[in-house]
Amino acid sequence: MQEVKIIEIKKSIFADNDKDADALRKDLKDKGVFLLNLMSSPGSGKTTTLIRTINLLKDKLRIAVMEADIDSDVDAIKIKEGTGVESIQLHTGGMCHLDAEMTRQGLDNLVPGAADLVILENVGNLVCPAEFDTGAVKNAMILSVPEGHDKPLKYPLMFSICDLVLINKIDVMPYFDFDLDKCREYVHMRNPKASVIPICARTGEGVDAFAQWLLDQTEAWRGNKNDQLITLYA
Amino acid sequence: MHELGIVFYIIRDVKAAAEENGVEHVDTVVMNIGEVSTVVPEYLTDCWRWAADKEPMLQGCELRINTIPAVSYCEKCNTEFETVRYGKTCPKCQSGKTYLLRGNEVEIKEIVIKQ
Repeated sequence: MQEVKIIEIKKSIFADNDKDADALRKDLKDKGVFLLNLMSSPGSGKTTTLIRTINLLKDKLRIAVMEADIDSDVDAIKIKEGTGVESIQLHTGGMCHLDAEMTRQGLDNLVPGAADLVILENVGNLVCPAEFDTGAVKNAMILSVPEGHDKPLKYPLMFSICDLVLINKIDVMPYFDFDLDKCREYVHMRNPKASVIPICARTGEGVDAFAQWLLDQTEAWRGNKNDQLITLYA
Repeated sequence: MHELGIVFYIIRDVKAAAEENGVEHVDTVVMNIGEVSTVVPEYLTDCWRWAADKEPMLQGCELRINTIPAVSYCEKCNTEFETVRYGKTCPKCQSGKTYLLRGNEVEIKEIVIKQ
């Protein structure tokens, strides 16, 4: 009988990514850059929401956007045309999510030192992006009304890792069986600490609340580096 | 859905471990996969076959999966219960204050080399 040798490894395959993500967060802290990881299903209105929000914030913060998709650059162009801020497209090469290393490569391709707030628009998907820490300071997700208020029950991991849940397309609520109170309840069952902001990216309703959240979060993360910000816009 | 991405991570870690141990060819990789890890074992082994055969060190290498049953714990009545069967609600006291003890593992347990 052939002899076999067994080498014990006992290592989570997410361990390296978690380490990379923590290292990236530390770099971002040192540089005073707030990175938001924005996730959602395809078609929930991520890009439209971003255009509205960035236009409210671009006089207060220097902003850049990284668009992650499996293919195409339509979103990066839309952001650039709609807001004028720096916007780059990341291709995941068929992968359904971004990891910390891919996020770092994206950040390395932005103009150095030119942004206080970087928004990463992750691949449209409620499963995989939740598994991989991108190194972002905060996670947010958009749930749109047509998807239904029961999504927090079906995709618990996504809702449990998000600091903020935006409920988009509230203008069409009368046409769907969407229960906003139930939705809040389900989100908080999965994550009692998550903030919930109802918005309509098309009409702009509630988008100011999201912009304020981003501004507060960015300032809190930058700490004493905000002095530079004030000088910049003085 | 993200099994192929996970396979790339496994390949990277297995190759690193093999090189560290001076191994030229790995015959079996044993994974611990938790019941609620969101990894579908059948997809994982399908993706594995496709990707592993492209690596000389892993050609023909088998991916064996140990399933780790998911167990949750109720903070209110200190009971352990099956996560897949009862979800987030404790079957004994109906409390929602529960958390997962084990069952979300995606880890490489060991690699096997024929000598």
